[in-house]
Amino acid sequence: MQRYAINIFFLVAAVTLVGLAQAGMLDKYVLTVITFMGINCIFAVSLNLVNGYMGEFSCGHGGFMCVGAYAGSLLSVAFFTNSKLFGAALFAPELAPFLFPLVLIGAGLAAALFGLIVALPSFHTRDDYLAIITIAANYIIISIVENIDAIGGPRGFSGMKKVVGLMTDVANVPWMLIWTIIGLFACVMIIYRLMTSTYGKGISAVCQNEVAAEIMGINTNRVKIMAFMVSSGLAGLSGALYAHVYGYVNAQAFNILKSTEGLVMVYLGGMGSISGVLLAAVAFTLLIEVLRFVIPWLNDVLHATGLLAVNYELGQVWKWVIIPLVLILLMQFRPEGFLGNRELTHVFPRLRRWITFR
Amino acid sequence: MELVLQQCVNALQWGSFYALIALGYTLVYGVLRLINFAHGDIFMVGAYLAFFISTALLAPDGMFAFPRELVLALTIPLTMIFTSLVGVTLERVAYRPLMRKGAHRLYVVITALMCGLILENGNLALLGASRKTLPVLLDKSVYDLWGIAVTNLKLWVILAAVLVFLALHFIVVKTRIGMAMRAVSWDKFALPLMGIPLDSVIVFTFILGSGVAGLGGLLFAMSYPVLEPYMGAMTGWKAFIAAVVGGIGDIRGAFAGGFLLAFVEVMVAAFLPSTFRDLFAFSILLLILWQRPTGIFGKPLTSKI
Repeated sequence: MQRYAINIFFLVAAVTLVGLAQAGMLDKYVLTVITFMGINCIFAVSLNLVNGYMGEFSCGHGGFMCVGAYAGSLLSVAFFTNSKLFGAALFAPELAPFLFPLVLIGAGLAAALFGLIVALPSFHTRDDYLAIITIAANYIIISIVENIDAIGGPRGFSGMKKVVGLMTDVANVPWMLIWTIIGLFACVMIIYRLMTSTYGKGISAVCQNEVAAEIMGINTNRVKIMAFMVSSGLAGLSGALYAHVYGYVNAQAFNILKSTEGLVMVYLGGMGSISGVLLAAVAFTLLIEVLRFVIPWLNDVLHATGLLAVNYELGQVWKWVIIPLVLILLMQFRPEGFLGNRELTHVFPRLRRWITFR
Repeated sequence: MELVLQQCVNALQWGSFYALIALGYTLVYGVLRLINFAHGDIFMVGAYLAFFISTALLAPDGMFAFPRELVLALTIPLTMIFTSLVGVTLERVAYRPLMRKGAHRLYVVITALMCGLILENGNLALLGASRKTLPVLLDKSVYDLWGIAVTNLKLWVILAAVLVFLALHFIVVKTRIGMAMRAVSWDKFALPLMGIPLDSVIVFTFILGSGVAGLGGLLFAMSYPVLEPYMGAMTGWKAFIAAVVGGIGDIRGAFAGGFLLAFVEVMVAAFLPSTFRDLFAFSILLLILWQRPTGIFGKPLTSKI
């Protein structure tokens, strides 16, 4: 029993969260923030597979999220709603909550397919050259999406709110929160399982020394293809969730800035540590939201004490000055991130008594 | 045909901007193996500094009120000096302490990314969203060369890029400090043992790179006088890609890559819908990197196990 304590704890936490949301104890804003936290977690953990475990520097991960977001939205609109683009709905609207996993999986598969853009050149390319390929892939994906006029081009694509509405018609529960929790659980499980399997050892070996790994009989190309595809597939899953929570997608939302956010979460948490990255993703999302309230407060305080010129207002732009500044300071004092490449159970060995993670 | 030639001139101008930024990327990378992602924003800082310096010098009721030719002559060196100060400050405050601690190379890269964000958004927060316009420093005159209209500014931009390239190439290949710079990239640990001051070589590299970016910013602002805080981000990323395609760490590579990227972009925009520009430019670059993984001028590194 003791060994399952953490699993039970997470289950209870998830159920409580959903229960609170269902009972209306959480207002819409808090609910959205929590959902985005989950989505950011999925995004960061998936990026961690490539940047942390495999030691490559992929800085175009937002592109795969974009593919997932569009694929997921297109699928769900085609499946469940009558639209100009796809005509009549393929399935009865009552099936929406049951077939929604298909949408998520489809989005993941589409994103994984696009992961090949990066995976194939990575056979010959390493380090900074591969970094460029990922940036180029990000730009290419956004550019492709913006040039397809049928799915809205630069105007973006919407219609997912209707699908979420259909799900609430069937049962009035906070569906997107539930799907996000399930998605996050699946994502962490997939990556954890992968990294403890023989394939995962192959990924670590490629990180340590690619040539030596090849000599030891690891098919490095296969390992790379798999790591990139799994990673981008899971990013696609997070994109699909994002699209449905937001109800609207635009390719420019997934540009290099989004990728940078992912990088920040991974390096803040520590490369190659699932728990560290989860912590960092939560902390990062919280930091962004907290600053939304701190900045006006700071503005009032500074005006009251006369430290700030009367005609200058401290705007929300300062958020994106403060966040990088905090990160730079964190890097100076703790260059390996929150946990380095260790898991939480390595930092606090006592925790291990409470966990079986299989 | 004339259209092609006219576009070629435009491509040469854009290529000069890309090359000027890419040179900075490649210099720093060649010495430190560090992708200085803040470099595009240093270019933006250069453009803004040029704006402030030239407006201060031109202001009719101000202290100086110089004639325009003199203002231009003063703005160029002052912009380069102040921009290189910004670059060196970044190195001193953010990169050096981290590298001293022996942090993983990628953490320094992330710090550079964050420094870029601070420069962009700090600028937006301090100066506001209203766009600045650089005063006219150079009277425009259009030459007609075999049916192609070429402004004097374009010629100056291209000439400046070529001169900067030649100067940098001379510094890196022929001078003692250039030899030291190449030595740093060769073996960072043996260098201090040879009596070469590592830190001053690195600072010198940052001065060169940022100064060139500042010049690029000034020329860019003269060609497209509307300034905005995010102007450096996109241009910077593209210039970085250009530097890598040319073979990062090699000055000739940065120069060639910048012009190559500009040619592809301008030609695609000229003959296809301009929304395809990024798609084609990046796809072609991807193919080049696929076929030549170390870029055009890059040499493959052999590594021991």
